[in-house]
Amino acid sequence: MVFQCVNTRHPLNQFRDEMDRLLSGVAEYTATSAGLWPRISRGQHAVNLWEDGDTLNVELEVPGLSSDQVEISVVSGELTIGLNRPNNKEEGVLFHRRERWFGQVKRVLRLPFDVDADRVAAELNDGILKITLPKAESAKPRKIAVASAS
Amino acid sequence: MANENTLTKPPAEESADRERTRGGRHYRPAVDILEMADELLVVADVPGADRDKIDIQFEEGTLTISAEVEPRQPQDTEYLLEEYGVGDYYRSFQVSEKIDSERITAELAAGVLTLHLPKAGASKPRKIAIATSA
Repeated sequence: MVFQCVNTRHPLNQFRDEMDRLLSGVAEYTATSAGLWPRISRGQHAVNLWEDGDTLNVELEVPGLSSDQVEISVVSGELTIGLNRPNNKEEGVLFHRRERWFGQVKRVLRLPFDVDADRVAAELNDGILKITLPKAESAKPRKIAVASAS
Repeated sequence: MANENTLTKPPAEESADRERTRGGRHYRPAVDILEMADELLVVADVPGADRDKIDIQFEEGTLTISAEVEPRQPQDTEYLLEEYGVGDYYRSFQVSEKIDSERITAELAAGVLTLHLPKAGASKPRKIAIATSA
């Protein structure tokens, strides 16, 4: 196929993602306006997204998180994933290296088609979060019979 | 709010520092290294790694963590978004502290590997009692 209309690597989609990122940064700024500088997150939590028949799969690496530290919602064509990784290391401990992330992150993904929100499922195994979103009936391709006036 | 560390998995790197039996690329797990009174704690993020496929070696002051991770999706999967890769983990450290290598323990929970490296007796802070002259 020469052109894939749902390929998110398309420059226009990249631009849209950038705008989303910018706007979510503004939201973060108002939420944490106590700070002197706007707190726009440096990176978004990486996701892999692929279609598998009539199901959309979203996978994230979330090592150390338990299910109550993950919040998933589907509202008006957007999947929101909230992660909260507490920094529960005791005080006074000497860190020689500190590379593992902590804190709260949110990722919003625009879904390429309507999903059946009641059948969205998520599982957490070995630090891998996998969300499966079945395509809504209305989004499935339907063959339209052409009535012939004979 | 997240800390300043990147939330994006760094790209895989070629094995350059030493030869490994499995060629190709590997990912460098993010780690925290904490020093406690009697041990060093190494905490590494290895999501997707299987307990049986993790190999931890401590030899002559070098700690090596490696894990074989098989792809979770078929090679020909057409991703709409592919923001991270899946593959082997590898990382090695020089540990300057004296470690009691016999007593090193490891645990794996929810994709997080925690290693306890007990300090060897000699480098443990020792309280010296002062005898009182009666």
